[in-house]
Amino acid sequence: MSIVQEAALVAAKDLRIEARARVISQQILPFGLIVLLLFAFALDPDRGVLQRVAPGLFWVTVLLATLLGVSRSFALEADSGARDGLRLSNLDGSSIFLGKATALAVELLVFEALLALGVVVLFDVRLASLLPLILGTIAATVGLSAAGTLYGVLAAGIRARETLVPVLLLPVVAPVLLGATRAWEASIDGVPSDAWPWVALLGIFAVLFVGIGMLAFGPLLEES
Amino acid sequence: MTTSIERPATAGDRLMAPVARWIVGIAALLALGALVVVGLFVAPPDDVQGDAQRLMYIHVPAAWLAYLAFAVTALGSGLYLWPRTRSYVWDRVAGASAELGVIFTGLTLLLGSMWGRPVWGVWWAWDARLVTTAVLFFLYLGYLALRRIPAAADVRAKRCAIAALIAFVDVPIVHFSVTWWRTLHQEATVFNPELDAKIEGSMALALWIGVLAFTLLYVYLLDLRYRLEVLAEDRDERELEAAIADRVQGGVPAREAVGVNS
Repeated sequence: MSIVQEAALVAAKDLRIEARARVISQQILPFGLIVLLLFAFALDPDRGVLQRVAPGLFWVTVLLATLLGVSRSFALEADSGARDGLRLSNLDGSSIFLGKATALAVELLVFEALLALGVVVLFDVRLASLLPLILGTIAATVGLSAAGTLYGVLAAGIRARETLVPVLLLPVVAPVLLGATRAWEASIDGVPSDAWPWVALLGIFAVLFVGIGMLAFGPLLEES
Repeated sequence: MTTSIERPATAGDRLMAPVARWIVGIAALLALGALVVVGLFVAPPDDVQGDAQRLMYIHVPAAWLAYLAFAVTALGSGLYLWPRTRSYVWDRVAGASAELGVIFTGLTLLLGSMWGRPVWGVWWAWDARLVTTAVLFFLYLGYLALRRIPAAADVRAKRCAIAALIAFVDVPIVHFSVTWWRTLHQEATVFNPELDAKIEGSMALALWIGVLAFTLLYVYLLDLRYRLEVLAEDRDERELEAAIADRVQGGVPAREAVGVNS
């Protein structure tokens, strides 16, 4: 099997479990929407503050959802010796990494699409230039999923992983939050030329962490 | 039931001979003394900032040491992961250095904040360098949290080495993105490069003594922390063996048998 086929196998497994368990749709998505509501409670919705800070709020919410997604992605492997099954499956470490990261990225993209709808409706934001916005979002999501999956396996099997992953992951993905927020701001303002450098930065981050993940996932899974 | 649980000394037990550590320690102390004299009395007060500027003599060396410490952590982690050089020596060096790096980064932030208050009028400014340093602090704080998680020695070492290298790779991206962010939004930053361009002779001397003193201090503390790690590993091993012996024979509580609490 090629690496793509193997990755597709793992991704399909994760997505199938998610489709059946409905944790994303029934827990993580409502969580995202309630966070949007809470932001509106915390910041006065009448003074236009929400519109101005909407990109930042959106991406902070996505970061929080990423933490939940990572935790979920490796909770799947914690039960019934699933991790041993994965280790014994004879799949290449980098394929498993790509598969799990892809599944997480797909879940996050669905989450982001619905959350963006929420931001547009609730915060009255108008998205002007869509192309840099979409490309930036995809690059940021790939970067978040890759880094998240990497730290997920690093912490897999550790009892304190629920608290450890945020401490490890959040500082590392700080540039993603920064880049994605700026790219969104530029897109909302309708100045795509300001967004492209940030999209490029997000792309570099994504490529780098996919690369590191493919190298490091195998050895980390072996000893988790 | 005293079994022979003395571990034979191995090559990696010490980084330096005890004498060498003493020498470095005394040299560090002398250099710190010289720094106090030159920094506080010989160097003149700054024309613009007055005495507050003297904080530079410890703030800048602390920042420099933080970078050095994290570079050593990355190097140690890389050498541990490289199969030919794999040794717990590198794992301990990486861990000890990261701890010192976090302390020096924290010190840099604290001193910078103290300096910023009289000079800029604020404790904190959203300057690129400040933000990068803060992220750096949290990156390695996470690494230290990971190091404290108990696991089999080889598992822990490999896990931590990979985490340290990821953090190290992330630093330039953080720095780049933050710099970009602040320069796009702020026309003039609080740091004026031309202000630092000219530096008076005795001020430069104080700065260099500061760097030297902190570097010596770093080497001294690194060796001390390394030794402490070896002793802690030793103690864990003894406790384990004593606990096993205790289980096998019954009777004397393990802790007392090896005199751990004494």
